[in-house]
Amino acid sequence: MKEIERPTRNNLEGIGGWLNPSRYGWERISYWFQRLTGVFLLVYFIGHVYETSTIVNGQNAWESFLELTQTLWGHLFLIMVIGASTFHSANGIRLIFTHAGIGLGTPGRPDYPYNPASLNYRQKSGIWIALILAAAAMFYGFNVLFGV
Amino acid sequence: MNNTAIDNKNEQKITLKVYRENRGQDSGSHHDTFEVPYKKWTTVLDALLFVKSYMDPSVAIRYSCRMASCGSCGMKINGVPKLACYTKISELETSTIECEPLPNFPIIRDLVTDFSRFFNHHKSMQPYIQTNDSTEVDTNKGTFSFYQSPEDVDKYLQFSYCIKCGLCYSACPTVGTDLNFPGPQALAQQYRYFADTRDESKKRLDIVDDRHGIWRCHFAGSCSKVCPKGVDPALGIQLLRSYMLGISKNDKIPAKKIEINDDDNNNNSSKI
Repeated sequence: MKEIERPTRNNLEGIGGWLNPSRYGWERISYWFQRLTGVFLLVYFIGHVYETSTIVNGQNAWESFLELTQTLWGHLFLIMVIGASTFHSANGIRLIFTHAGIGLGTPGRPDYPYNPASLNYRQKSGIWIALILAAAAMFYGFNVLFGV
Repeated sequence: MNNTAIDNKNEQKITLKVYRENRGQDSGSHHDTFEVPYKKWTTVLDALLFVKSYMDPSVAIRYSCRMASCGSCGMKINGVPKLACYTKISELETSTIECEPLPNFPIIRDLVTDFSRFFNHHKSMQPYIQTNDSTEVDTNKGTFSFYQSPEDVDKYLQFSYCIKCGLCYSACPTVGTDLNFPGPQALAQQYRYFADTRDESKKRLDIVDDRHGIWRCHFAGSCSKVCPKGVDPALGIQLLRSYMLGISKNDKIPAKKIEINDDDNNNNSSKI
């Protein structure tokens, strides 16, 4: 790829541009959730690896660390993990299909008011399914952890 | 400054908040507020031109055709990139309209931004038909034209409607964090030429196969959401990527060349 001369960075939206996803519809909100849950799950996995590694220090160290997850905040954190992983997986599957060109529609002759073929009902349904699955998984996790 | 000839108490008025900055003078930025009369059909560009004519001629804007054909008047209107000439005040349904320069484009002055980086990315896509022989431009051997069916044309036509207004580039979250990412406009143009049966270039996919290239698109869809011409850049990018991943097969059949003889030209006919 031809190297582009690096001009001034002024007026770049940067990560701040991600913080207001409501301007561009559900697809942008889904993008924001996918990034947010991805970073959250990365933090969780690093913590999880650290947590499981405490077993090398003996059973007491392992159990004392495990008790952290048995608190109110520990349970809420795990419910967040359940919701994030469910949304990230379900929405990720949708994105795998779109990256493969599946479910996007075909190019044609655009007519006013120019509804984009790629932002069709299949994509919106996929996003809603991912959100509903995440909510259902969090609800199930809440029932299991809090015994409601 | 008020103009009494046009100051009518019965007229509806809108508050325009216009971003002001002059990078050349490095004097910082601020917003100026103007009360502008409007009708049902008044566009944001009309209102800005009213400001320039009767209130503050120093407001800098770029515009030309006033009919969404030239792509000059792109700006952030109430937080979303839009063409000022294509956005009616009455459709915004707000009492205040905030006009700011397009994000991800360096500001020159007020609402005028620098498109150099955007056009450089566009040029880097080699946005022209490339063929393996040059006979069609060799006038000594006669001229040629290409045969394309309507179905062949439909594969790329919508992407050729791009007016390079920069709204998609401005809305793209990846562009906002990676200056080397070509952006939706350039990538969609790459698909436009890749899908064209007249184009025989074998290097098109290599141009975008880069860690700052097509793989940085995460299908936020914002580019297609803001496109004023229905180009749908996100569709082009995903279709191009499906070819690069080997999921879609490149079954493009090169367009047949039709020789046009002088006699045929005169008779308004051609020979395949």
